[in-house]
Amino acid sequence: MDDVIHTHSLVKSFGRTRALDGVDLTVTRGEVHGFLGPNGAGKSTTIRVLLGLLRKDAGEATLLGRDPWRDAVELHRRLAYVPGDVHLWPNLTGGEAIDLLAALRGTADRRRRDELVERFQLDPTKKCSTYSKGNRQKVAMVAGLAADAELFLLDEPTSGLDPLMETVFQDVVRQMRDAGATVLLSSHILAEAEALCDRISIIREGRVVESGTLAELRHLTRTAVHVTAQHPVTDLAALPGVSLVAAEDDRSAQLEVDTSQLGAVVEHLGPRGVLTLTCTPPTLEELFLRHYGNELNGSRSRDDLVTASSAGGSEES
Amino acid sequence: MTTLTGTMRLIRLGLRRDRILLPTWIVAIAGLASATVASYTAMMSDAAQRLATATYAAGNPIARLMDGPASGTDLGAMSMVESYQVLAILTALMSAQAVVRHTRQDEETGRAELIGSAVVGRHARLTAALAIALGANVVLGAAVAGALVASDLGLTGALAAGLSVAGIGWVFAAIAAVAAQVFATARGANAAAGAALGVAFLLRAVGDLLGHVADSGVQVISAWPSWLSPIGWGQQMRPFHEDNWWIAGLFVGLTVALAWVAFALASRRDVGAGMVPARTGPAYAAPSLGSNLGLAWRLQRVTLLTWLGGLVALTAVFASVAESAEDLVGENDQLKEILMRLAPGATVVDLYFTLTMALIGIAAAGYTVQVLLRMRAEETTGRLEPVLATAVRRRSWMGRHVSIAFVGTAAILALSGVVGGAVYGAMTGRWADGIGGLVAAGLANAAAALALGGFVVAAFGLVPRWAGALAWSALAASLVVGQLGAMLDLPQSVLNISPFTHVPAIPAEAFSATPVLILLGVAAALTAVGMLAFRRRDAGAVA
Repeated sequence: MDDVIHTHSLVKSFGRTRALDGVDLTVTRGEVHGFLGPNGAGKSTTIRVLLGLLRKDAGEATLLGRDPWRDAVELHRRLAYVPGDVHLWPNLTGGEAIDLLAALRGTADRRRRDELVERFQLDPTKKCSTYSKGNRQKVAMVAGLAADAELFLLDEPTSGLDPLMETVFQDVVRQMRDAGATVLLSSHILAEAEALCDRISIIREGRVVESGTLAELRHLTRTAVHVTAQHPVTDLAALPGVSLVAAEDDRSAQLEVDTSQLGAVVEHLGPRGVLTLTCTPPTLEELFLRHYGNELNGSRSRDDLVTASSAGGSEES
Repeated sequence: MTTLTGTMRLIRLGLRRDRILLPTWIVAIAGLASATVASYTAMMSDAAQRLATATYAAGNPIARLMDGPASGTDLGAMSMVESYQVLAILTALMSAQAVVRHTRQDEETGRAELIGSAVVGRHARLTAALAIALGANVVLGAAVAGALVASDLGLTGALAAGLSVAGIGWVFAAIAAVAAQVFATARGANAAAGAALGVAFLLRAVGDLLGHVADSGVQVISAWPSWLSPIGWGQQMRPFHEDNWWIAGLFVGLTVALAWVAFALASRRDVGAGMVPARTGPAYAAPSLGSNLGLAWRLQRVTLLTWLGGLVALTAVFASVAESAEDLVGENDQLKEILMRLAPGATVVDLYFTLTMALIGIAAAGYTVQVLLRMRAEETTGRLEPVLATAVRRRSWMGRHVSIAFVGTAAILALSGVVGGAVYGAMTGRWADGIGGLVAAGLANAAAALALGGFVVAAFGLVPRWAGALAWSALAASLVVGQLGAMLDLPQSVLNISPFTHVPAIPAEAFSATPVLILLGVAAALTAVGMLAFRRRDAGAVA
């Protein structure tokens, strides 16, 4: 397996705060890897360690097979970085900032740069001090994405972008993947990750708590099932991995089913004369809430939360 | 007035933010005033000695230029003449920085927008900033007066002295308020206030030099340029001598007028913008920008050119009055004798140039510190991070900024020497003496400025969070030691802390290589430590 990024038990503390508490992250060549977590979970700190800006306290980290701290400059020639919180030199124009960052990286592709400026509808003649947040973000985006790099480290790159630009961004990332690049995309915008990512790692309080393809992650959680049948379905709730959320009458039910038990449920339903059957796979948001829900509700039980959040979702449908 | 809604709350916020900084300034400045009196009391045991010293100070052109107009033989008056210049410079810096911190800097960081969106009037921020700065100066004036009374000086004179210090603070707070409206960056606003301080110093230096000694023999009647300078006004109050209270009216009048201008400008501009609208620029970077050095130069060139212009002009003015200094001494045999004893084998002009270049040297160190601290500013604002994420080595990024600081310092001092020497040469025909002596003196002082620079680099590498405070404190300490050290009778071990103590007194004495080489060695060693430490530490806004 060709791992472009590999960290194991990565630890980084700031004073008494343990920002990274044993991060295990693996990104393989050619994939778009979503790095999800809310604010303060450790996404940016991980990326900064990978960039050699911060020095790890313990654990392993390799980037393109090399040490991100010791070989920072050699690695930087092969990667491009787009920060989420962009600060630029107020007296330079956007165009100057783009060219400067490209020149400092090494090679610059003028045609690609102009194409991206065009696509992101950026006016490169304005001084950076006069740009809005979204436009500053576009400057960093063009400077990073115009690079001819093997690896792109994108740290919440679309914060402040409007939905049109978000679409352009997604197109550009897909093109990069088709061209063989590897992308680590940190985000808390789940729709973006759902649309782009081959694999996803969810980070929480400095640890990666879940990692896999979206399908794999979905497998770990529950599917909302609504069924109406000709015969009573009241005994469904007794099956393993199934819980009843609401029953309108004995011939219809709203269920939460462990995704791994879905087959058994369908078999069980076969002879009941199914009239309607809707299976709603969990959204990424629900996956996310599974890990973060207790912070939202102040409760410790994950299962309760899955039920609660899924139930909330199904009432709308 | 609804434009002032929320001012009280903003004042409380400002005081909370400045709760350590302003008290530190106030205690330090009042402490300095008190220390000067203590050392004068110890040195001047009787009236005859005071008379001799005051007569010397009145007749000595160098004392007039560096300290100000002699004002009689009262102990309090003499200590205020000696210390007022330094007290005024420190007070002006405290006040200007406080106003800029609470106005333009808040706009730059976006805090002003957040505050402006709350129930806060349009003029509340500026009013609060001025109220904090003016109020801090009232406290400072009272602290200075209290320190002087505690030193057994009379209450009336002490109040006049306190007022002369507070007045300078008020004027520079108001100057900074105007600068903060005109310039779009805090750096620019602070630089403008600094330039105003330089001009104020120069005007009163020239005015006092060109003045004449009163019949009493212990008082200098300053020429008109002194009256154009707020520092000059403070000295013309002559506390403990004449106690010219009416001069407080000049301070108040100018402060009110400048504040009015600041409010008028503030009403006419957008939050976040300066008076000059931002223009568009090139869509592509020029090839010269597209390198590590190109970026560092682009960021630092305005700072370099500003300091270069200012200090070259200052040296030129000092050099242009060197001849009148010589004439003044020529008329006074007793004074000539004292000066010859100070520096045997040197001429009055040599001594004059030695002291002038020592002053220019420490001012140039202000450039060194400012350029080096720009590295920290780049880091804390998050602009360093994208640069270090490219193929730029930390060592080379830092090396470019350090080079611009060090080469720039040497260039400023060398060029000041060349221009000052040329001015002197043109007026007297003594070209070689002028240019040779001043350039040598400038470069010797550059070695001390670089040693101070090395300290800043080491602080940036080892303790980045403290770099700013350490750097400015070191510069202020060097200024105090250089200007007041001998008079304060500080032990040699304390004087030795300032690198400028070790600069050979060129051209009054012969050049000696050893101290200069040692200073350069210290600069190199500290710079190496700082650069190594920076390679090993976390970089970015979190560090």
